[in-house]
Amino acid sequence: MLKEGAIESRLVAGPLVVTTWPRSFLLPPHSRGKLLRDFNQSTVVVGHGYASFQANRRSLISFSDDVSLLVVLIDTNPFFWSTSSSSLNFHQFVSHVLVFLDLIVRLSQLNQIVVIATGHNTCDYIYDSSLDTDQVTGEGELPALYSFVLQRLEEFVDKDEKLGAKQEGLSEKRASSLLSGSLSMALCYIQRVFRSGPLHPQPRILCLQGSPDGSEQYVSIMNAIFSAQRSMVPIDCCYVGSHNSAFLQQASYITGGVYVKPQHLEGLYQYLATVFAVDLHSRSFLQLPRPAGVDFRASCFCHKTTIDMGYVCSVCLSIFCKHHDKCSTCGSVFGKAQLDAASDRKRKASES
Amino acid sequence: MNNSEKKRMNGEAEEENEEDVEDEGRDAWERTYTDERSWEALEEDESGLLQPIDNKAIYHSQYRRRLQSLSATSAASRIQKGLIRFLCVVVDLSKAAGEMDFKPSRMAVIAKHVEAFIREFFDQNPLSQIGLVIIKDGVAQSLTELGGSPEAHIKALMVKLGCAGDSSLQNALELVHDTLHKIPSYGHREVLILYSALSTCDPGDIMETIQKCKKAKLRCSVIGLSAEMFVCKHLCQETGGSYMVALDEGHFKELLLEHAPPPPALAEFAIANLIKMGFPQRAAEGSIAICSCHREAKVGEGYICPRCKARVCELPTECRFCGLTLVSSPHLARSYHHLFPIEPFTEVSARQLELSRVASKTCFSCRESLLTPGTNKAGPCAACTKCKQYFCLDCDIYIHESLHNCPGCESRRITPAAASATMS
Repeated sequence: MLKEGAIESRLVAGPLVVTTWPRSFLLPPHSRGKLLRDFNQSTVVVGHGYASFQANRRSLISFSDDVSLLVVLIDTNPFFWSTSSSSLNFHQFVSHVLVFLDLIVRLSQLNQIVVIATGHNTCDYIYDSSLDTDQVTGEGELPALYSFVLQRLEEFVDKDEKLGAKQEGLSEKRASSLLSGSLSMALCYIQRVFRSGPLHPQPRILCLQGSPDGSEQYVSIMNAIFSAQRSMVPIDCCYVGSHNSAFLQQASYITGGVYVKPQHLEGLYQYLATVFAVDLHSRSFLQLPRPAGVDFRASCFCHKTTIDMGYVCSVCLSIFCKHHDKCSTCGSVFGKAQLDAASDRKRKASES
Repeated sequence: MNNSEKKRMNGEAEEENEEDVEDEGRDAWERTYTDERSWEALEEDESGLLQPIDNKAIYHSQYRRRLQSLSATSAASRIQKGLIRFLCVVVDLSKAAGEMDFKPSRMAVIAKHVEAFIREFFDQNPLSQIGLVIIKDGVAQSLTELGGSPEAHIKALMVKLGCAGDSSLQNALELVHDTLHKIPSYGHREVLILYSALSTCDPGDIMETIQKCKKAKLRCSVIGLSAEMFVCKHLCQETGGSYMVALDEGHFKELLLEHAPPPPALAEFAIANLIKMGFPQRAAEGSIAICSCHREAKVGEGYICPRCKARVCELPTECRFCGLTLVSSPHLARSYHHLFPIEPFTEVSARQLELSRVASKTCFSCRESLLTPGTNKAGPCAACTKCKQYFCLDCDIYIHESLHNCPGCESRRITPAAASATMS
């Protein structure tokens, strides 16, 4: 089942990328504009086989069952990255991710990658390996993929910042990123791939998230999760933040993906390569990290504490921890028949 | 047998009056070949494979008509929907169900589509329950009790598939009325009758039964497979349900699946109540307990009732010992998109798109080009009224039918100041 070229590329990709990657690459944080220059110092070894690889890329025409379409959602939320106290800063994070993307491309000539950035004020596509405009040939020492993605990431972060400057009064301690937006865009892209015909790679979504969950996005994220479950698209997550993300744990559990919170962030690439590089068909032969305990308990609407027994309004399904006479969300009075005034109150309440 | 012969004769007579005399004796399927030359609509692509006929525009216009009819009935304001539903599906297995006008027989078609309907129903209404009733030999029997597990219903339905005897609408309504009488007051009572026969043999006055159902606030809907009947129409009008007659198998499936999303709820039909529910935690890996549903020892993978600590295998369910409804928060979240629906997108004509100052004419969510393939002209697309982004027609359908999130609105951060400005 393994094709000849595939074996070589796997052997080549392995040792080259991991063991000969010089330590000096993981430089201390510089200002954003110097990101490209930092990379140039150390990527000579990896750049070797890349040019010839590009030429052979489109010669295969058969889709075997281990071809994957990987949609990567990268969290670029500056509120998280500037305050994260872990040993990983944004440049190191991006470098790990770029090497991982390169690995995916080398594993099979038909693998496709799409990168979407999740910012604080907007989301956008960064890279699509199937687009002709994104196929750049590398001339410098840096592989073309890296410089292209880095440049687009810089443009995106600038745009995100400009959009944020227009809004004042945003002093949130736990600022979340727009995960629901990038998940929705990823799912629409995957639907487009499904529509393209019977021969298509197997799609999956990988969330590289660090920002905490935004409770205002709960409904949208759950909608996206159920839609992914119906289309049978697994949502994997590698969470690099401090506390576990309940939304992403639920997402991975419901859609059949893998959720990992790495303990040693300096070795992020190792986690990515061993857990998330494998295609969906081969996952059945591997022992992947299993969810330790997904907390499905609900939180009550009045105090936001997790409860294991509560009261649910039969009209709007809001959850309360104590018995009330009136529902605060929809305004229904419990125990009496509904009136038209109640539905007006509910409309105002649900719009706020 | 008599019915189908008469129908065929009546059908041909009607067609003869409409069409020319020279088409006398030809059926409709023959006319698609002689008059409409259906083979000319087929196309081949460059590798010689047959391309599907481009009915994308037809599909999209059908979808928009459906959306518009839905929004017209809901009259701009958010309509309350009955989210906790207790639905009885009544399947008519009288002699008329053995007719072969639906291939292979009406019964087989009904069974196949009811299975799909049950799955879709529990997908959209996880807190609801279904009960199955069959009518056979003039008597109505309850096939399954009201329950929330799809597998049990489907298994029961697939076993009993023989048809015989007459059909009795009144007996079915009486049985359903007794079943649904016992449910709590916050639930919405609904009945869906799949009626194949053209008559009903009743022991008493069916009008009285219909009034009884109306008083009990049952919402009865009927899907007919043969022809329109006055009794069914009267029943649906009195109780506020919908009566449709299926033209063919595809139409039947569409009509059936229309009953899966929650219908608008009339305010006086259900009393709002606070339902006590439990949110169980998963049992620890490797813990051994006897589960309450199968009465056998199981390892790990189960849930523990927070009140009586019994182990259950799957959610949502009712704890067998203490009667507490056990759900997990995703089950409640499945119904949230009914409460917070997104607005339909407006259609943008090709001309409007060309005039707009969008830099790259691609769909915002899937980045597919909005230009008609092969030309440089803009094709039809849709735009969101709130975020003003452009979407292709396929994304429009996917967003409204499955995703329920607008990617453009989700990719914007709205500050509280801007939100209150848009609200006022």
